[in-house]
Amino acid sequence: MPRVLLPGQASRLFTGGQAEIEVAATSFRALLRELETRYPGLGRQVEDGMAVAIDGEIHQDAYATPLREGSEIVLIPKIGGG
Amino acid sequence: MNFVVNKSDLKVVGSRPVRPDGVDKVTGRAQFGADMALPGMLIGRIKRSPHPHARIVSIDTSKALALPGVKAVVTAADFPDIASEEAFVGEGPMNFRDLSRNCMARDKVLYEGHAVAAVAAISDAAAEAALDAIAVEYEVLPHVIDAEAAMAADAPLLHADLFTAGMEPKPTAPSNVAKRVHFGLGDIAAGFAAAEVVVEGRYTTQAVHQAYIEPHACIASANADGQSVIYGSSQGHFMVRAYVAKLLGMDMSNIRVVPLEIGGGFGGKTVVYLEPLALQLSRKTGRPVKMVMTREEVFRATGPTSGGTVEVKIGAKKDGTITAAQARLVFQAGAYGGSPVGAAAMCAFACYDVANVDVEGFDVVSNRPKVAAYRAPGAPIAAFAVEGAMDDLARKLDMDPIALREKNGAKAGTKAAYGPTFPDIGFLQVLAAAKAHPHYSAPLGPNQGRGVAVGFWFNIGGESSASVFVNEDGTVNVVSGSPDIGGSRASMAMMAAEVLGVPVESVRPIVADTAAIGFTGVTGGSRVTYATGMATVQAAEKVVEQLKQRAALIWDISPDAVDWKDGEAVPAGANAGGFDPLPLAAIALKAAKTGGPITAEVSINAQGAGPGFGAHICDVEVDPETGYTTILRYTAVQDVGRAIHPSYVEGQIQGGAVQGIGWALNEEYVYDGKGMLQNPGFLDYRVPVASDLPMIEPVLVEVPNKRHPFGVRGVGEVPIVPPMGAVGNAIRAAIGQRMHDLPMSPPRIRAALSK
Amino acid sequence: MSRHHVTATVNGEPAEFLCDSQNSLLDALRNELRLTGTKEGCGSGDCGACSVIVDGRLVCSCLMLAVEAEGKTIQTIEGLADGDRLHPLQRKFLEHAALQCGFCTPGFLVAAKALLDHNPDPTETEARFWLAGNLCRCTGYDKIIRAVMDAAAEMRQEAAA
Repeated sequence: MPRVLLPGQASRLFTGGQAEIEVAATSFRALLRELETRYPGLGRQVEDGMAVAIDGEIHQDAYATPLREGSEIVLIPKIGGG
Repeated sequence: MNFVVNKSDLKVVGSRPVRPDGVDKVTGRAQFGADMALPGMLIGRIKRSPHPHARIVSIDTSKALALPGVKAVVTAADFPDIASEEAFVGEGPMNFRDLSRNCMARDKVLYEGHAVAAVAAISDAAAEAALDAIAVEYEVLPHVIDAEAAMAADAPLLHADLFTAGMEPKPTAPSNVAKRVHFGLGDIAAGFAAAEVVVEGRYTTQAVHQAYIEPHACIASANADGQSVIYGSSQGHFMVRAYVAKLLGMDMSNIRVVPLEIGGGFGGKTVVYLEPLALQLSRKTGRPVKMVMTREEVFRATGPTSGGTVEVKIGAKKDGTITAAQARLVFQAGAYGGSPVGAAAMCAFACYDVANVDVEGFDVVSNRPKVAAYRAPGAPIAAFAVEGAMDDLARKLDMDPIALREKNGAKAGTKAAYGPTFPDIGFLQVLAAAKAHPHYSAPLGPNQGRGVAVGFWFNIGGESSASVFVNEDGTVNVVSGSPDIGGSRASMAMMAAEVLGVPVESVRPIVADTAAIGFTGVTGGSRVTYATGMATVQAAEKVVEQLKQRAALIWDISPDAVDWKDGEAVPAGANAGGFDPLPLAAIALKAAKTGGPITAEVSINAQGAGPGFGAHICDVEVDPETGYTTILRYTAVQDVGRAIHPSYVEGQIQGGAVQGIGWALNEEYVYDGKGMLQNPGFLDYRVPVASDLPMIEPVLVEVPNKRHPFGVRGVGEVPIVPPMGAVGNAIRAAIGQRMHDLPMSPPRIRAALSK
Repeated sequence: MSRHHVTATVNGEPAEFLCDSQNSLLDALRNELRLTGTKEGCGSGDCGACSVIVDGRLVCSCLMLAVEAEGKTIQTIEGLADGDRLHPLQRKFLEHAALQCGFCTPGFLVAAKALLDHNPDPTETEARFWLAGNLCRCTGYDKIIRAVMDAAAEMRQEAAA
């Protein structure tokens, strides 16, 4: 199953301090729904203000992105730039 | 799609053609923000606060409106009072209430230079007179400029409703701390317990301005039916449309934003200042309104980036293996929350493979202009501290500074300190190239020193649109929505030419307005060549598919039997038939007979922009008498993925390095005790000039990014990350003392030397 | 307040314009003559974006009053090329990619022309100090200096031929 890592303390507030969780989702869209169902508020937080690094690649606003068995998904703040 | 074209197969990519917009720019014909004029145009000007912090008791505009030639005055009362709402429009989080109030103060002014009213008049002189005639009554409030002072419990409070985000439990009292970020890896206490050597330091940097040479400028023209056009220079005309629509409560379809040439931005033109005011004045007067900032206004009321305090502590084994890394960052946000402290915290240790990391950051408001993005926002501030500490660590361990970084360097599979596991990255290749460069082993003279520092930036992808049109004669136009700030038209034309197999001169690129191309995010985050480039490549590939189909129709064979090679359709094999190659022009000529115009538009949200790393080597000589630092030699090595137009990639690296050198040695916002900015001009805010500098040698390392068909990584931001550390470490080597505070100006160095 | 009538030679052609007493030459060039190639970056003589050549002298047009142009010969960026033939400095700026945003470029080209008019064979250091009054925030100056040195070399060669 894909693993979701939460390095930031702000997102851990939703998981009761848990820094790593396993999910059944197979797409980024499904991940958001699953996070929201299991940890109310977290899916929304990720959708509105966060990016995810999937196996090291940063994805922002990408519902269709597939998650593989064993994918590492890291919740990080959205990245902008100059 | 994880397929990168071999370099040896490329004909156009990697070459150095003259940029298609070049002649316009060397002959003075290119139209920048302030160069346009419209019939009946009025001049708009802004009345600004003389106080760093005050309540607006009243604004009387009657005398101004009575003056001859004055057509309209607007204040906050003329704009919708926007509710607090966070959005992310490509370059960073933006709260529309804050944006609205930053464009036009409501109830309170929060920094000297804060806009309180705007006028439209028939001439500069009339507008000037109107500003003088506007009477604003203020109740002056105590102010706070320094971020750490603003964190004190008894500090003057800027916003009564600002409660620190990211705290558990949620604070019960408001403060000037807008946000706290905190993240980590492993066990920081165990990491330091395992350390045999520990280095630490407290570093400060000052607010610096992006200092683009073109001041903000626009013309807005509203029609009686509500349709409006804004002409102006910005890093993103779709951003301008989105922000103006929000701030004025208008439909996006009624706002067309036409991009003029932009005279530099570096992040500072990813927000609006003038456009909503100009359009509102135009709506009020029914005439076009032109607004152009003075340089003083640019310094007082736009940008800058944060000044920051960074406390850093690194623990290592005697062999150089880092066991723990910790940092605490306090960043100035200016008048409203939103400093880049989060990105800085993520970047701080991103170059290194460290098991135990703890980073905490604070976003603090004070009575300064609201910060805007500046090239790799936040990362240079963190890197100045971390790279200084790494240099101290190398000295303590008596280790070569590049060897120390190699020992701990991030590579594919390294778990980055901010969470993710790195894909293919080129950091170790960059370090190897730096170590092997003759600069690194060149001899040094008395009072001279050499410093090395490294830097990281994420790079982003995001939303981009591009079209490719084949003209009737077989020439090609490429249209994109990305303002060209440093040669991107050239790289779009080159990528399209490469895919189509035609000479780059037959491909002419333009940047289209908001109604003529699909949504495209800002030119920022080092994303244009990557994301807009990807859209362009995909559009060109679609055109090639059509060209093959058209050739198949002309030959009356199956499309599968047609290949595209060097700009011509050729039969895929002997079985396809013995046809002479059909060049693009021949197919274009028959477009009407084969299905009509040959065009393609592609809109994407590009993901997977590859992270970028750089390593800089700097030699300085410090005059022991004056404390003046001369940069003797500078080499900047960077993994660029693959350079589309190497000259403009080099230019990004050289320009970024020099901005960092200015940040290191000269540039700073200077305030007096009354909260007034003392140096709002280029005489006293000194950016580097030609005589301050040697040639800047860029070294391009190419580790292709597998997500882009040509291997592109963003390149624009990485080069500003290492310079402050590289210069600081060189000065440390030259004078035997660590300079912890920026800028490392002659007075500071003299003071250090006389201690 | 009546306006002043000023007659001058601009880029080899007779030009006239009206201006107020407080108007700068830069204002007159941009707003009255619509020669917008000359840019305003600071209005205080610190950035060089408004560089023009007046009677053979390099000046910041933002620091010169428009009325002072009476009877003068003024060269701006618009007069640098000879019709459709680019000046060697313009060609070399393009070849060396010596511009990114292009906003400071007209000022640099005019200042560099003034340099080469005075000194056809400058050292790199001389070029750097001559151009120290022109700010560029994009390029780090490297490619600008290379372009100027290369144009100077080419012009010397042409002059010798």
